[in-house]
Amino acid sequence: MLKIDNLHARVESQAILKGLNLNIKAGEIHAIMGPNGSGKSTLGHVLAGRPGYTVSAGSVTFQGQDLLALETEERAHLGVFLSFQYPVEIPGVSNMEFLKASVDSIRERRGEPAIDSVSFMKQAREACKNVDLDISFLKRGVNEGFSGGEKKRNELMQMMLLQPKLAIMDETDSGLDIDALQVVANGINAMRSPDRSFILVTHYQRLLSFIEPDFVHVLSGGRIVKSGDKSLALELEERGYGWLEDVA
Amino acid sequence: MADFMQQAVSAAAATAPDWLRDIQSRGRAAWQQTPMPTRKTEAWKYTSLEALKQPFAPGSRNVTATDVSDIRFPALGGPTLVFADGQFRADLSSLELPAGISLVRFEDASAEQAALISAQLGTAVLPHRHVFAALNDATLADGVFLQVDAGITVEAPIQIVWLTSGQSGAISMNQRLLVSLQANSQATVVETFANATTGGTPFTNGITELLVGRGARLNHYRLHLEQGNAVHIGGVHARLDQDSLLNGFHIALGSALKRIDVVVDHQGSGGHCELDGIYLPRDREIVDYHTCIEHSVPHCSSRERFRGIIADEATAIFNGRIHIHPQAQKTRAELSNKNLLTSNKAEVNTKPELEIYADDVQCAHGATVAQLDPSTLYYLRTRGISKEEAEVMLSYGFINELVEAIAEPGLQDYLKPLLARRFSRDSRLTRHLL
Ligand SMILES: Nc1ncnc2c1ncn2[C@@H]1O[C@H](COP(=O)(O)OP(=O)(O)O)[C@@H](O)[C@H]1O
Ligand SMILES: [Mg+2]
Repeated sequence: MLKIDNLHARVESQAILKGLNLNIKAGEIHAIMGPNGSGKSTLGHVLAGRPGYTVSAGSVTFQGQDLLALETEERAHLGVFLSFQYPVEIPGVSNMEFLKASVDSIRERRGEPAIDSVSFMKQAREACKNVDLDISFLKRGVNEGFSGGEKKRNELMQMMLLQPKLAIMDETDSGLDIDALQVVANGINAMRSPDRSFILVTHYQRLLSFIEPDFVHVLSGGRIVKSGDKSLALELEERGYGWLEDVA
Repeated sequence: MADFMQQAVSAAAATAPDWLRDIQSRGRAAWQQTPMPTRKTEAWKYTSLEALKQPFAPGSRNVTATDVSDIRFPALGGPTLVFADGQFRADLSSLELPAGISLVRFEDASAEQAALISAQLGTAVLPHRHVFAALNDATLADGVFLQVDAGITVEAPIQIVWLTSGQSGAISMNQRLLVSLQANSQATVVETFANATTGGTPFTNGITELLVGRGARLNHYRLHLEQGNAVHIGGVHARLDQDSLLNGFHIALGSALKRIDVVVDHQGSGGHCELDGIYLPRDREIVDYHTCIEHSVPHCSSRERFRGIIADEATAIFNGRIHIHPQAQKTRAELSNKNLLTSNKAEVNTKPELEIYADDVQCAHGATVAQLDPSTLYYLRTRGISKEEAEVMLSYGFINELVEAIAEPGLQDYLKPLLARRFSRDSRLTRHLL
């Protein structure tokens, strides 16, 4: 599904990713952990195609295609989804309008007609219910004045509506209380399928006790310095990152 | 002073009905004493009057209904007065009036109505401050008078529509509206200015006076939909009596030049004014709004929100003055002006101007100038929305709040698609706005 090979990336003039390798097969869940500032969010943005993030070496292949050659929106059309660590507030654009525009854009690329408003309303209400957001949030400006947890649930709702092939969830669990965490975990588990892969960026093993990852990686200093199975997360929880040789 | 103006002033002096002569000669005096603004005149610093250097002829009487049939304006179902190239068109108007209101052209005014008009006309304007208002007085031959009797509530919006056909080259038109709401009455007035997109250079000098009586409530909309070469210089001058309410909404699409002065004078305590405005110049168009809220008495409040989106090489000017006089204690005044530049060559000059001479007041003001936020665009694009559609969504989103606040539903329905088209002619990019 996704093959990242020797990825080097800069933000502005600062080198952040320094030779990152990662191979994700369809249906797998990969957890990425690592100290603050190690480049986890940068990786998400490089995959999603953020302007200003330049790749200086290496390659990323997504379902056989050169992902880095595509525009941001084209990556979304192919099924790449990034749940933002810090979702953007957009006053004046309603959540509903935003969601319908994105669903329609993706349908259009698949050669499907725009979804009719009634079916869309139904889907959107259902998605709200699944992430435990009141439907009044559909009428508000995108993320406008949402609490941290509400923003994260709004990201999760978008993921559910857009049905991506690869979902990168950047700290979707941070700042959530245990009930909200359960909602997020249930949402991700419900979306788990043999042809959908996940990258879960998290600081906490507690998310991984609800969602069982296939692999756990430690990202540090712009590279994956250790990979293992779910037991690695438990070990990190206990011992921190200091014991890893390569941790910057 | 341009020759065509001088000619118009002389021509009007010869033709006006007797009862308009006083205000005409007052206007003439103010006009002659007040120098034509130049770029050195503070209130005209950013706005060139170059467009008025060409000759303008008076409006023609030969316009046919077909000449203006393509020009669109909102159909709101209430009494509607339509003018084409400055001439009243009974054939395009609908004049069924509800009880308790007078709606009449100056030309047709009865002796009794003429007395009401002369007693009130010009009472909200200071012609020596507004030279084009003085010109309007000086060339006054016709106008529209609307009075709502005390205690009457008029549900249906009353529309005055000024159309220009583009058939007659460069023509100049003097337009005047006097609205008087007697005590505790309520009404909605919608003024629309629009022209044919097929050329022509109309110069309109449109002055509106709003006299909002004690406890009265007026919703006033002024839609400047003129495009192309159209030049409009004019304004709205409102006088608010005790406990009255004025809800004003202004919109200006760009054209060669628009300069609109909006002056609200609180003259009775307990008055409140809401003023919303949107301006959208593009290409090399110029839109200039100068607003001024005079707080002359205590216990009044005003809230003003103007938003502009300036595209291409267009220019916008916004000047928001709030003048709180020494005796106007307990005033609450808010002013916000936000501008979005969608191109590197677009320009805006915004200036809040606060003059506060009372000490017990609450006054907040702010002006911002921004470009489309790259991280917001990026966020939309990660959801599959094309850059082009994202830009349209964000532009519309910038003014959406003010459009949604329009109380007249028919007007919202009219303006939304019009605005959507303004941001993109490609309907695929606007399909999610409505
Ligand atoms: N827009 C930016 N400009 C410059 N440096 C940035 C920018 N965004 C992130 N960085 C830097 O890149 C490094 C990695 O950041 P990030 O990927 O957000 O880390 P993580 O998500 O692992 O906490 C940090 O040193 C951060 O300061
Ligand atoms: Mg991060």
